[in-house]
Amino acid sequence: MKRIIFLIFYFTFFTNANAVVTIDITRGNLEPLPAAISNFYIDNPEKFSESIKKLNLDKNLPKVITENLKRSGLFYVLDPKSYIQDPKLSHLKPRFEDWALIKAQIMVSGKLKIDEKNRLRVEFRLWDVVSAKEMEGLALFATPSSWRRIAHIISDKIYQRLTGEEGYFDTRIIYVAESGPKDQRVKKLAIMDQDGDNNKYLTLGNELVLTPRFSPNSKMVTYMSYFKNLPRVYLLNIETGIQEVVGDFPGMTFAPRFSPDGKKIIMSFSRDGNSDIYTMDLNTRVVDQLTNHPAIDTSPSYSPDGKYIAFNSDRNGQQQIYVMRSNGKGVTRISKGNGLYGTPVWSPRGDLIAFTKIYKEKFYIGVMRTDGTGERLLTENFYQEAPSWSPNGRVLIYYRETAAGAGGRGASAKLWSIDITGYNEIKLKTQTDASDPNWSSLLSK
Amino acid sequence: MILKNIKNLALVLVLGFLVSACATSQKIGNKEDYYTGTDTVKFLAAGVPDRVFFATNRSTLHSGAKATLDKQAAYLISSKLKVVIEGHADERGTREYNLALGSRRANAVRDYLLSKGVPKAQLKTISYGKERPVNPKSDRLAWSQNRRAVTVKAN
Repeated sequence: MKRIIFLIFYFTFFTNANAVVTIDITRGNLEPLPAAISNFYIDNPEKFSESIKKLNLDKNLPKVITENLKRSGLFYVLDPKSYIQDPKLSHLKPRFEDWALIKAQIMVSGKLKIDEKNRLRVEFRLWDVVSAKEMEGLALFATPSSWRRIAHIISDKIYQRLTGEEGYFDTRIIYVAESGPKDQRVKKLAIMDQDGDNNKYLTLGNELVLTPRFSPNSKMVTYMSYFKNLPRVYLLNIETGIQEVVGDFPGMTFAPRFSPDGKKIIMSFSRDGNSDIYTMDLNTRVVDQLTNHPAIDTSPSYSPDGKYIAFNSDRNGQQQIYVMRSNGKGVTRISKGNGLYGTPVWSPRGDLIAFTKIYKEKFYIGVMRTDGTGERLLTENFYQEAPSWSPNGRVLIYYRETAAGAGGRGASAKLWSIDITGYNEIKLKTQTDASDPNWSSLLSK
Repeated sequence: MILKNIKNLALVLVLGFLVSACATSQKIGNKEDYYTGTDTVKFLAAGVPDRVFFATNRSTLHSGAKATLDKQAAYLISSKLKVVIEGHADERGTREYNLALGSRRANAVRDYLLSKGVPKAQLKTISYGKERPVNPKSDRLAWSQNRRAVTVKAN
């Protein structure tokens, strides 16, 4: 897969470093911040070739930023028709009264240029309308065809400047694209940008594939495949397309994830019908068995410091969430409410575990602290599972299926996301039905 | 001081989403909800049904299932047919747990057939979890038909 190189530098002038605003989830105010995202202006239109002109970057780049900020639920982007000042003046010397008049609290402006090396140079500024000053300025370079990544990186800078938290827009989602009838479902690995654009299929659909998960640097993916009808854990290099089997044990290997240092795969191995948790070191190929219990042990997920593992077991008679040290010792049940609990996933911040809960024939996505206290259920539905965290630990993505009637009619599988406050639940755009989403790390980091 | 709004973005709504842990206990997995009908059942040979059914989240073989497997065992011993036992789950569980559950079901059948004298070399197992329902509908009947282990001729 093609990679592009970015040169990033900050304009330090006007940047007010101590006005960082933090998101405080212990307080309540769900009023999104009113923002104006101006069209960008083109500095040297004579250098824009016909093909670059067709990209309409002056409008489309701010549009992608607008969509990102709106989707976060933290911003209300004002109608561009209400913007009075033209894009060039907005960027060079905004008349803050004009922007205050339409109740914008922040304004984003930008300038586009094709430089002498035929690179696209995008400069943006984030303005504090109320205090009438610039908060952030940044210039980025890329090949013009990579303009969407620039828009995502700018969105991340705006998000970070205004919330004090890292953004999650320059990221990708790996998932399973689904098609065909339920009893002969075709499943392919697919990858897309977090906004649904730039979708690519990584497998052809000849064999069943499930549960793809990114490596910490998002260059590799581990997943389960039924290649040659042998259900095994695989490793795929996204850039080279090279895949290899990693869980070639005498039985089924499944439920893989990377360790936080990227050196190991943790997974379940089912031998003679009994599933236990194992790790495999990717360099040495040394295998360690971490659990040894006649119950089902599956869905392992490391804590971000690598010291603990959350997993799913029915050792007390029903599916519950347990935590153990990374050597397999100290197994403790943490899920304590009524119902069944599955798919524990440790937050990248380390403080929460997201899970699926099955209770009274409904499926919930929720979060709890790592000791099982403070359980909060965020969303209830007929069927949904498999949460995955945004890299900043702020948003969960999962898949939801609808009930099917006769012949499987009415069945669908879609990706959804929700803020960990339980606010801003939205359906993601996908070209096909979709399941098993996994969120990458921040790519520009 | 601007951007106070965003600062306070938050937890208020969450309270509305909280489902309080109420005291009623949930009935998890009715032990008796396995399928007893004959729809979806195929035959390995005349009078030898190819599948057995399970209760929700269970892999135990009820008496009807054992009767079916007795017939399979006799047939497999006499025919020396190599088979794959496919374990399946219904769609009402998480994907990874269901893969493990399907494996457990397939192996419950394998263990029973071994106990009846079927040679180990004739038996392989595979789990499909919830990935290959026989009845795609989302209702109790379909789910009970999908909680199954099917003995199929090996290729």
